Amino acid sequence: MFETLSDRLTTVFSSLRSKGRLSESDINATAREIRVALLEADVALPVVKDFIAQIRERARGAEVSQALNPAQQVVKIVNDELINILGGETRRVRFAKRPPTVIMLAGLQGAGKTTLAGKLGRWLKSEGHAPLLVAADLQRPNAVQQLEVVGERAGVAVFAPEPGNGVGDPIEVARRSIEQARHAQHDVVVIDTAGRLGVDAEMMQQAADIRDAVEPDEILFVVDAMIGQDAVTTAQAFLDGVGFDGVVLTKLDGDARGGAALSVRHITGRPIMFASTGEKLEDFDVFHPDRMAGRILDMGDILTLIEQAEKAFDADQAAKMTTKFASGEDFTLDDFLEQMMMIRKLGPIGNLLGMLPGMGQMRDQVGNIDDKDLDRVAAIIRSMTPGERSAPKIINGSRRARIAKGSGVTVGEVGALVTRFFEAQKMMRQMAGGMGIPGMPGTRRKGAKAAAKGKKKGRQRSGDPRKRAGGPGAGGAAPQQAALPPSLPPGLSGQLPPGFQMPDLGNLQPPKKK
Amino acid sequence: MDPITLIVLIAALAVLAVVVGGVAFLRPGRRKTPPPPPPGEGTAGGAGTGVLEREAAPTATAPPVEEAPPAPAIELPPPSAGRLVRLRARLARSQTAFGRTMLALLSRDTLDDEAWEEIEDALIGADIGVAPARQIVEDLRTKVQVLGSRTPGEVRELLKGELVAQIGPDLPRGLRTEPHGTRPAVLMVVGVNGTGKTTTCGKLARVLVGDGRTVLLGAADTFRAAAADQLVTWGSRVGAEVVRGEEGADPASVAFEAVKQGVETKVDAVIVDTAGRLHTKTGLMDELGKVKRVVEKQATVDEVLLVLDATTGQNGLRQARVFAEVVDVTGIVLTKLDGTAKGGIVVQVQRELGVPVKLVGLGEGPDDLAPFEPEAFVDAILGE
Repeated sequence: MFETLSDRLTTVFSSLRSKGRLSESDINATAREIRVALLEADVALPVVKDFIAQIRERARGAEVSQALNPAQQVVKIVNDELINILGGETRRVRFAKRPPTVIMLAGLQGAGKTTLAGKLGRWLKSEGHAPLLVAADLQRPNAVQQLEVVGERAGVAVFAPEPGNGVGDPIEVARRSIEQARHAQHDVVVIDTAGRLGVDAEMMQQAADIRDAVEPDEILFVVDAMIGQDAVTTAQAFLDGVGFDGVVLTKLDGDARGGAALSVRHITGRPIMFASTGEKLEDFDVFHPDRMAGRILDMGDILTLIEQAEKAFDADQAAKMTTKFASGEDFTLDDFLEQMMMIRKLGPIGNLLGMLPGMGQMRDQVGNIDDKDLDRVAAIIRSMTPGERSAPKIINGSRRARIAKGSGVTVGEVGALVTRFFEAQKMMRQMAGGMGIPGMPGTRRKGAKAAAKGKKKGRQRSGDPRKRAGGPGAGGAAPQQAALPPSLPPGLSGQLPPGFQMPDLGNLQPPKKK
Repeated sequence: MDPITLIVLIAALAVLAVVVGGVAFLRPGRRKTPPPPPPGEGTAGGAGTGVLEREAAPTATAPPVEEAPPAPAIELPPPSAGRLVRLRARLARSQTAFGRTMLALLSRDTLDDEAWEEIEDALIGADIGVAPARQIVEDLRTKVQVLGSRTPGEVRELLKGELVAQIGPDLPRGLRTEPHGTRPAVLMVVGVNGTGKTTTCGKLARVLVGDGRTVLLGAADTFRAAAADQLVTWGSRVGAEVVRGEEGADPASVAFEAVKQGVETKVDAVIVDTAGRLHTKTGLMDELGKVKRVVEKQATVDEVLLVLDATTGQNGLRQARVFAEVVDVTGIVLTKLDGTAKGGIVVQVQRELGVPVKLVGLGEGPDDLAPFEPEAFVDAILGE
């Protein structure tokens, strides 16, 4: 299974004494783990090598940190460096002094150029511009129609003089679109070009010809976040072939870790300007380097989790869940069922659990869970009477047999569910206790939990305004990032303090296999 | 959402992990074995004339002539035989850089640790993935030591054998496209956005028409703008009818109509194109499951083809895993192999899921679809 970098590093360092300082051997031990983590995130190999060298350099001279253990210190360095590279230079779209501003899109087939043209059109319009989308993809069947539909949805004018499907000259279309824009008072022209491969010399020449014909102010390279090692070759080919000024990362709504972002940035030095995060026209945002860094490192991405939760839960449900939890009342199987169904809406359960930080020790077990298990558990609970659900203690042998029959599982599974539920109940009680009186010196567990809460609060506060402000304003990420409270080392974003490793979970031994 | 809710959420997840995880643990050995190959796809090639079987037919004839008739209303694409020759040529072109590296490495007098690491790096560079690359190299090292192979040629052969073994040469790769009596064969094409599903449908229709079948296309991609138009364009080129619905219509109903019409008009095969969907979107994946269930009400779905883009990195494995869970993928189409991407991710996908790559897409040309052959694939990777 996929392990997060922080888990890996924790394992590496568990054999070492916490020295509070990074020795040569510490660095060597971590370098390999970081390498694997980056490679699994699809960062291209040459980039990984350079990056590791850079990290070594920085780690060697790293100052002693009192607050962090070696693992955290390394993660922090890696994370800082990633943010540094990814966000080094963010900037806004350059608008031409004399309109129209010409933006040209280029990329591989299926990267999402046509959809992006629509999103860009919509965004520009909301910024007070009058964009014109140009259908210069005359290659793919019905790309022109697609752009027309997208333009209509976005409420933006589309210039499509040629029917496409191999008919017409894209260079000519691009040239005429500029005149059309001047004529019809459009101040921004977005040219959607055909997808092409880096090795296709003919098509690259065509792209270069379009570029020369319209002299774009911005050429955006559109790249799929799922791309693997080929990112480097492709980015280089496009840089040599047409050149580009900025990068747009698409399909970030998937669970690809998006190492391509680092590869492309590192190889070409061009900034990543936008991120596209869904199929709807409004799913479009400026690029957040810090979140991307966390994503590449796969450090349990709390922010993403929150976002997904926000999308899936309505306020009522959330409030209900909170009250239930905070009241410290007994947590019943009904509540559990309800919760489970809510969580199911968030996406595949394996992914969600993977997003939780500190799940390292549980990972093997968690890796085995899939949505079918949830269904099975739901079936077991639904086979219980309301009485049994609210007071599972009454479940005895004969009831167990009945439930097992009703839900088509073995008696053992029903028994296991009930036992586990009691443990979970206990856990909930402890957590609720810790939460009710934050900061109070209670058991170690409670204290840790309270600390965790404080941490998240800070994180949450910093996350929210950034999200809100992040909508308009391209390249606004840099100042927003600076607004992060300094007390929050980025290395810890998404990683909980060492005391809090979900001890409750780690302590629960899974039943013996077989 | 306030922080308390967040903690609740996390706690809920944790509870879930404990309870469900415990139950899940009770079921040992689940999902470990790949599904047995579907019946009727024996390598003997008796049942179901797959593309591969047709490929195996005597191909000593001259290479296929391209599109002889001067653009009639309906084109008759060349039969699928002989396409692999082009696959070899194309692969050789795109993969030589990698092949050369390998050759240079293997031609050294001594293979030191550094050389082995470079071989591993080269494999990782082909998107094969860290763990499989490591395993391949480890196995190779052991073999080289045991056999005492020294010459580059021998080592190369061993590496080739290792790679072929990883790809699983024994998996059935035939495509079941024969009609069942009066009922048509049904093929579903699924995948994430932008991998080339619609294009693959179009090309596949051409392959089948070229082999003398009648084909009906179902445009169940009702989401993306102009996706159905794109399929209609493909269909009209080969004279295949297309069943389409309104934009935003229920894809399951479109698929149902397509199969219904296919049964009524007695076509040989129905190809259902579906909308691209990211595997993380539960709602869309449920929708896909529904499309398949609904189609199965009237005919068996013979093939569910997952379209994977050769440029896809490690995420491809997750995609394949989720799609396989939802619609029981029977084969993989690896597209865009004409670029510089190696498509090494299929090695992991085949290893983990036991789902074979059946077809490869080699470009935007209408006939750039070929059957996948592991030996040729590896040969091309090694730059033969």
